Amino acid sequence: MAEHTISFEPEDRYNAFLKVCSKPVHGEGKLAGIAVAVKDNISTKGIETTCASKILKGYIPPYDAHAVDLIKNAGAAVAGKTNMDEFGMGTSTENSAFGPTLNPCDPGRVPGGSSGGSAAAVAAGIVRMALGTDTGGSIRCPAAFCGIVGLKPTYGRVSRYGLIAYANSLETIGPMAKTVFDVSLLMSVIAGHDRKDSTSYDKPYSHVPSEDIKGLRIGIPKEYFGKGVDPDVAAVVRRAITRLEELGAVTVPCSIPSMEYALAAYYVICTSEASSNLARFDGVRYGSAADTKKSWHAAYQELRKQGFGPEVRRRIMLGTFALSSGYYGKYYAKAQVARENVRKDFTRLFSDVDVLCGPTMPTIAFKLGEKSDPLSMYLSDILTVPVNLAGIPAISVPCGKVQGMPVGLQVMGRPFEDERVIDVAYAYEQAVKQ
Amino acid sequence: MIDADVVVGLEVHCQLDTKSKLFCGCSTDYRNDGPNTHVCPVCLGLPGTMPVLNKRAIEYAMRVAKALNCTIIPESEFSRKNYFYPDLDKAYQITQYDKPLAEGGYVEIDGDDGKERKIPLTRIHVEEDPGRLVHMGNAERGRYSLVDYNRAGIPLIEIVSEPEMSSPKEARKFLNKLRATLEYLGVFDSDKEGSLRVDANISLRGSERVEIKNITSYKGVEKALTFEVTRQKNLLRRGLKVERETRHYLEARGITQSARSKEQENDYRYFPEPDLRPLRVQSWIKDIKLPELPDARRERFVQQYGCSLNHARTLTGELKMANFFEAVVAGDGKGLCTLAATWIADTLAGELNYRSMGIDAVDAKSFTSLLVLLKARTITDKSGIEIMRVMLDERLKGETVETPEAIVSRLNLAKTTGNDAELLGVIHDVIKENLKAVEDYRAGKNGALNFLVGQTMKKTRGRADPGELNRLMVEALKSAEQ
Repeated sequence: MAEHTISFEPEDRYNAFLKVCSKPVHGEGKLAGIAVAVKDNISTKGIETTCASKILKGYIPPYDAHAVDLIKNAGAAVAGKTNMDEFGMGTSTENSAFGPTLNPCDPGRVPGGSSGGSAAAVAAGIVRMALGTDTGGSIRCPAAFCGIVGLKPTYGRVSRYGLIAYANSLETIGPMAKTVFDVSLLMSVIAGHDRKDSTSYDKPYSHVPSEDIKGLRIGIPKEYFGKGVDPDVAAVVRRAITRLEELGAVTVPCSIPSMEYALAAYYVICTSEASSNLARFDGVRYGSAADTKKSWHAAYQELRKQGFGPEVRRRIMLGTFALSSGYYGKYYAKAQVARENVRKDFTRLFSDVDVLCGPTMPTIAFKLGEKSDPLSMYLSDILTVPVNLAGIPAISVPCGKVQGMPVGLQVMGRPFEDERVIDVAYAYEQAVKQ
Repeated sequence: MIDADVVVGLEVHCQLDTKSKLFCGCSTDYRNDGPNTHVCPVCLGLPGTMPVLNKRAIEYAMRVAKALNCTIIPESEFSRKNYFYPDLDKAYQITQYDKPLAEGGYVEIDGDDGKERKIPLTRIHVEEDPGRLVHMGNAERGRYSLVDYNRAGIPLIEIVSEPEMSSPKEARKFLNKLRATLEYLGVFDSDKEGSLRVDANISLRGSERVEIKNITSYKGVEKALTFEVTRQKNLLRRGLKVERETRHYLEARGITQSARSKEQENDYRYFPEPDLRPLRVQSWIKDIKLPELPDARRERFVQQYGCSLNHARTLTGELKMANFFEAVVAGDGKGLCTLAATWIADTLAGELNYRSMGIDAVDAKSFTSLLVLLKARTITDKSGIEIMRVMLDERLKGETVETPEAIVSRLNLAKTTGNDAELLGVIHDVIKENLKAVEDYRAGKNGALNFLVGQTMKKTRGRADPGELNRLMVEALKSAEQ
């Protein structure tokens, strides 16, 4: 394969990048010469990969994530590694050990998270496309806050091999770009079976977006317009849905009763898995090591206390607690029941409607430092986490503004119908394009 | 207190002899290579890597489950066992917890009471081996430890028995039977160092249970348990209580030692491994084919070769020994069977054990030649043993191993015969040199004849047939009288 290089020396005003590759190589293919930014929790061979955590400072993976392999094979140039909430734990990218990313639409606001760096890099026009990851909304939230398009694919449709795990059963790699077309293009490169990921499915994606949504049945869950959702945001999203009706879709009011427990279930499951996933960061094999002559147990404690940020430590402790003997049944097992109920609710709704629509986020991007209380930050994930619990696809597409800040329309679909949510987003995008 | 009061249960970890590791493609053949040479991002637990189950390991485990009469569970599950230790690179071990691959089953042994006993099994599950720490200096005061991940990810099965063995000896028999079965199944190589590790539970009825962790040899299990029985009985005798605790077995000293209490307080926070799907094996169950197993082979040895039950048991107790026996009698089956059974099960096994050698060290053809010499009465039994020892010692020293015939001629071991002038000469010498004994013989003293025969044996270095020699000696004494 012929190899070329591009020159990539952006002015990173928003702190979107943790690492810039100034002369990335690229080959031929669908993405030939396109600079793609990669979130820093996706392993890149030979390029430092830190998950925006001090504990992985200096870690250079000896292998590429499967998705990175695929974009390289398609000719893309890996332009750099983007900032994020440490290990993906956050909704604002303020939890990065290397400083927050700013929102290109208003540098006084957060870009959303955890894939805030990827979203900002795309929104600022620094790269055409980016890879993000979505555990509880981490692609869709920053896409909505920065006014770009982000797809959270069906669980298992994109290999997670090389994605540094935060909550394995919930998360996935997905495409982010300014247009639905580009999101679809990047999706066509990264989707498909990977034998290195036992949870991946053999469902390649070769769709070309279509704007024909005549007769499509759209469910409008009342919970997506209820308590906690900014009325201005709700109004913008309702107008966007009206636009879809004008394009021939039929809307059906519906309800997801299980949403009452979705957020709690989500935080039990993700913290439980995280407590196990992040246990391997002990400084023995990679990353920073404690400069200490203590016994291994004490040395681990010291390193992990220094290396992890407060939000990561909080979640590790929560998860450790939730899995402890005597509490497992109360928390983890119960969360699985709640998760199953969310799944069942979606299955029931999707027997009647083709997609569900609502806002991606309950508010516009918050101001930097605005959400200092972790619980209020958690509450902002309420509209995105049900999708991860159910493993279904969902896209966020810009659908207007409130106070000059972008609002995202979220379209959720049946498992493995990523094509359909792409089409709905595309139909909307094309209809409002001037 | 009698032995019936001892209650023993075992948890046996065996490495499955697959070509590649349980969750990655790395080779399992690491023993002759340097540290950390059989590793990849997956078995090093590098961030972002994911396990991919080795189907062969599951097939092997299912063979074991079927051979041990277990119920194979159609849908089992892998879980994470979370704990920090430097040899555990992910800080969790992928194992099976509440949904193991197989449940129930039993291992049949001949119990201490001489009757066949079925020791029931609780479960069999599959898991990965952790890496290995190498302590520089000793564990307590060494300055640092090195870690070798070659072993990380080697497939293990854990076979858990019910606490139904009633002595350390039964535990040993259980293990021997288990080992034989696994070897017959072709899923286990007991010669590989560290391929078997045992945790043993032991209690005296009515007392607390003690767990002895990580015993790494077959003999060690019996020794550790025997030590514990004595220790616990002594405690009770002194009016003290047996503490419920975990102990380590110190192989070199043959004792058990209390583990630090910290190690007993682990909460492993098991939860289902989200990176693996549930393990569904229903469609494989019917394809699991079993070879002839130790019990069936033992019966066949009795039927086909006329072996005694004891010989058949010893011969079939190890796959290699059973194969060796059949190789020997296959060459020249006629009439050699009984001789072969005795010589292999009684004599050779002992000589090998004495030298810590495996039966691989013996060439079946040479051994057959030796049996032929014995059968033809060309050599005496005593010479037969001598020849065997010479051959084994030569092998042990790495020298060229001579054929039995060559040894016979080099050491002049051919049996003397009745008209052997040399033998008659020796007899006359012995009579001349031991006149006192000759007198005693004539006086009818018991033992004098034996003494004279013994002296002759000594001079002929065992080449003379004892029966023959006896007869010749009596004749010689008679003629000397006249």
